[in-house]
Amino acid sequence: MSSIYPRRKATNGIMMVLCVVAAAIGLAWLALILGALLYNGVAGLNVAVFTEMTPPPGEAGGLLNAIVGSLVITVIAVIIGTPIGIMAGTYMAEYGRFSKLTTAVRFINDILLSAPSIIVGLFVYELIVRPMGHFSAIAGAFALAVLVIPVVVRTTEDMLNLVPNALREAGTAIGAPRWIVIRSVAYRAALSGIVTGILLAIARISGETAPLLFTALNNQFWSSDLNAPMASLPVTIFQFALSPYEEWQQLAWTGALIITLTVLGLSIFARSLTGRKG
Amino acid sequence: MTLAMAEQRVDARRDKAVKRFALTDAVFAGISRAAAILVLLILSGVAISLVVGSWQALSTFGFSFLTTESWNPVTEKFGALAPIYGTVVTSAIAILIAVPIGIGIAIFLTELCPRPLRRPIGIAVELLAGIPSIIYGIWGLFVFAPFVQTTIQPFVINLFKDVPGLSSLFAGPPYGIGMLTSAMILAIMVLPFVTSITKDVFDTVPAVLKESAYGIGCTTWEVIRRIVIPYTRVGIMGGIMLGLGRALGETMAVTFVIGNAHRISPSLFAPGTTISATIANEFTEADGELYTSSLIALGLILFFITLIILAIARYMLMRIGRKAGA
Repeated sequence: MSSIYPRRKATNGIMMVLCVVAAAIGLAWLALILGALLYNGVAGLNVAVFTEMTPPPGEAGGLLNAIVGSLVITVIAVIIGTPIGIMAGTYMAEYGRFSKLTTAVRFINDILLSAPSIIVGLFVYELIVRPMGHFSAIAGAFALAVLVIPVVVRTTEDMLNLVPNALREAGTAIGAPRWIVIRSVAYRAALSGIVTGILLAIARISGETAPLLFTALNNQFWSSDLNAPMASLPVTIFQFALSPYEEWQQLAWTGALIITLTVLGLSIFARSLTGRKG
Repeated sequence: MTLAMAEQRVDARRDKAVKRFALTDAVFAGISRAAAILVLLILSGVAISLVVGSWQALSTFGFSFLTTESWNPVTEKFGALAPIYGTVVTSAIAILIAVPIGIGIAIFLTELCPRPLRRPIGIAVELLAGIPSIIYGIWGLFVFAPFVQTTIQPFVINLFKDVPGLSSLFAGPPYGIGMLTSAMILAIMVLPFVTSITKDVFDTVPAVLKESAYGIGCTTWEVIRRIVIPYTRVGIMGGIMLGLGRALGETMAVTFVIGNAHRISPSLFAPGTTISATIANEFTEADGELYTSSLIALGLILFFITLIILAIARYMLMRIGRKAGA
């Protein structure tokens, strides 16, 4: 007995050290990426980034039209995607909690949640861009809305399922019809969770590049026409980073920093809303 | 007399209110049901639109689309073999790198980590999952690829140059960009997914099981190896499959560093391409119906591969979920 004990202890020690090393590698990578982003991004951070248009090659400029374009496309995507997501989540948690449809939707929704976003881009290209005959901001917004829906469906269903049934029964007992119970009791109780879902959805789409490449395309100039191609931050970063011009590459780094800070800020804020889930 | 009339009026008003409530309730229920069905329709819509879009390419090339390596926009000869090869190889290597590290981090977080540090480190790993893929791409292109080119590749080429087999696997000039670099960046991207799911399924192991193993004198590693991992095997596989699904469909991070070369090269250092990188790089420049249609056909192949992988992943995670619930 005593002869195998040192070996077992040594194996244990080695494996535990390897686990610590693995954790160190994971954290070091996060630090390396954020460090490189900060180092390269801050260098180009100035007022011009937020006040000037994207420049032609070899000239100084900013990212104003790309930032505004991203905001416009994101807002429209959220306006389209959120109601659909919340209603679908409501059906799954309230009306059809035990129905076959709910099981099917949950399974399909989970697949949509991790489906490659470039496929969504192709889908919207076939659905909107090809019939319309040209790229447009609204097509880009639709592509992002398809990515918003599964995130919102998932969190809405989860959060409504957490609302105690006693609350609903109390509402029904004083004579409120079901949809008023859902609206004034269930939604109110699950509000912070549902808002978290929307914020996470915004965080997810604000860095998405692939679905915008062939829906909203890109635009070097200011555009407020939803029916025309529109610049967006991620696509601009993609184009500028792969260019040989130093000014463009610098702007790409700065844009990347802006996106990362936005996404990290949104996810930390969303987390602080619900508090519990780590 | 007047009292009865008043009562009647109240009754009528109540009836009306009840009817109105019934109507609005039915409308609300109908809308929410329609929204749920819409979610189903989106997925089938994706499948149908991809089949329609790729019909021309599929009917022109038939089954040989899957087995042809050449990709020539000039002569309009397209085959998907090189992108499929690139997608599968980069994802497989990424999973091979990410899984041991991910499980290691999960073990660290559930068994070793001091309590006050557990939450911050867990959150940090999950934040890594939230960083958009284009950030990994730009970091890979400007920071990681040059490092690979000047440090890792010359070292590895030297190390294996006399070993048969391995020498052709790690051959060629050190470009920095290429299959292996892409796979390593994919590994970093997949890592948080594997970690957080493994950690979640580790948490489903009943404390009693672990405590009894500790009680008869098992070391931490033995508890993990003999109790925790066998108990959660299905869940871990589900997490790996989910990570694999991510890696297969990942676009921007790979597009930056893969090199976009439509050929199958035995060396992992050589530039290659993946399905998603090909679509991202060439779609807007594709002139000609057949070219566009071939790119959509690539998308269709990717869609089916990831659909199968993700369905398996979800099925496995559902099984472990049921086990935890019971």
